[in-house]
Amino acid sequence: MEENQGVWVFIEVNDGTIEGVSLELLGAGRKLADKLEVPLSGVMLGQGVMPLANEVIYAGADQVYVVDHPVLKNYRTESYMKGVCVLAEKYKPEIFLYGATPNGKDLASAVATDLSTGLTADTTMLDVDVEKRLLEASRPAFGGNIMATILCKKHRPQMATVRPKVMKALEPDEGRKGIIIEEELELREEDMRTKVLRIVKDVTKKASLAEAHVIVAGGKGLGDIQGFQLIHELAEVIGASVGGTRDVVEAGWLKHEQQIGQTGETVTPKIYFAIGISGAIQHVEGMKNSELIIAINKDANAPIFDVATYGIVGDAMEIVPKLIKQFKELSKEKGGEMSYV
Amino acid sequence: MHIVVCVKQVPDTKIIKINPKTNTLDRRSAPAILNPYDAHAVQEAVKIRNKTGGTISVLSMGPPQAVAVIKKSVEIGANQGYLISDRAFAGADTLATSYALSKALEKISKDNPIDLVICGKHAIDGDTGQVGPGIARRLDIPPITNVIEVSEVNKEEKYVHIKRKQIDGYEVLQSQLPCLLTVEKEINDIEYAPLTNMINAARYEPVIWSVNDLEDVDKTQLGLKGSPTIVGKMFSPPKLEGGKRIEGNPDSQVEQLMGILMERKDLLKLKTANS
Repeated sequence: MEENQGVWVFIEVNDGTIEGVSLELLGAGRKLADKLEVPLSGVMLGQGVMPLANEVIYAGADQVYVVDHPVLKNYRTESYMKGVCVLAEKYKPEIFLYGATPNGKDLASAVATDLSTGLTADTTMLDVDVEKRLLEASRPAFGGNIMATILCKKHRPQMATVRPKVMKALEPDEGRKGIIIEEELELREEDMRTKVLRIVKDVTKKASLAEAHVIVAGGKGLGDIQGFQLIHELAEVIGASVGGTRDVVEAGWLKHEQQIGQTGETVTPKIYFAIGISGAIQHVEGMKNSELIIAINKDANAPIFDVATYGIVGDAMEIVPKLIKQFKELSKEKGGEMSYV
Repeated sequence: MHIVVCVKQVPDTKIIKINPKTNTLDRRSAPAILNPYDAHAVQEAVKIRNKTGGTISVLSMGPPQAVAVIKKSVEIGANQGYLISDRAFAGADTLATSYALSKALEKISKDNPIDLVICGKHAIDGDTGQVGPGIARRLDIPPITNVIEVSEVNKEEKYVHIKRKQIDGYEVLQSQLPCLLTVEKEINDIEYAPLTNMINAARYEPVIWSVNDLEDVDKTQLGLKGSPTIVGKMFSPPKLEGGKRIEGNPDSQVEQLMGILMERKDLLKLKTANS
């Protein structure tokens, strides 16, 4: 176990671009590596990914392991797992982080099984006990009512998947120097039991929440599906995207992909309206990094007010229609439509 | 086709309460239910079996009362069920859980080879989604996670076509059988069970295996002993810095809010006909 050293980040590449969460993890990994006084490495697999290696270094890595191979063109558990396991067994990292994306979670689970080590899912806070060289990976547990710190004392590497948009990426520094290590890997297409037949991008969906500048989100406090129409109306008037809590999705007021929170989307808009949302940590985890949060709720003690930049204690049924009216008048007066920086 | 669905009994996390003094769970506060994603997994197995014929087995690990989720699965349409229940399994993390379940699957497969394993995307109490891929690795079959549609099952040529949810869309994959799928909720709607299923379920008694009923088991890989991860501590989520309250009557509150928004030109600007 003592021979395991260094912090690793799996660099997820989709469509020739590094996923944002991988850059965020390099930022978080940098802090862990500095505390432990070990190098930070990125691990990047794919086809034609070599030109991206410098970006990994600019984002904070000391070195990048690259496996460039035609079989790795698209993500598949079998091929990626093999590549990552070969590298981990050869270089023995002590901490290994992955983005909690569909592919990152899939890969980390398979790798953990093969390396027979511990894996913490959907981490939202990372720290390290330098003396014991223990990764402290904390995550909301039991539906988000409580945080749990998970430790992996006797197995290495210590692995965790980390939610997108909860850690901060460093400003890219193009002056940063690092080492790029290209690894050869024997992979044969005929050994693969799965094939990617087609990749279908749904750009509208991504733009609608994860990349929205303004989000109007509603919770059970709106009473019923009719009350929830106010959310759609306000969003319509100001050109925002609509989201909601797990409760409203389960009640059928919104589609699954509009759920914001730990088990739904993580969002970071400029402005987030939280209306009739009490603010369970499970939801808060998915929206707390929004720039300006405006909460409207009847209950003065609702935890959402602990997160909100501005809070209005009041009845959404009364406040929101007035807000809609104001925005309508404003856009009429100015003779244009709303848009955001 | 022999389809095995792995299911878990979970506390309903929407209802579960935390003791604020001790930061521990009051498990008695929450009713035990079939993990909602697993219900979709069973429903999908029923859909596939209705096309291809064959048998659906369900497998669970848990205390004796977990037979309830196997009965529930039979109500949805599974043919038979197995529960592995033993103190030796207690305290298992995802690595130890996938080991125990894979040993049970190996035993089930001896009598009737398994073509397809289906799991829910994750359990709502653990939220990890790690057990499914773990089982697949241990059985050395391909895992396909985040499945939103099973579009083709070809049992003669032994392959499936599935749609897998991705960050910004989906992908269509072909996999050889046997393989393991973990399914999202949008894959199907849970249908009302016919009365005959309900009667079958009420009468059904699943097979219960202890650790000694399984074969070639390395007991050091089970339960707490076989779990590399432990919970170090539990704590209340950190208090975030609350902001300003906007006081006054509703008209004044809305007016103040509009003022604030208009001042934040860095976040919001009006695209107007004149500007």
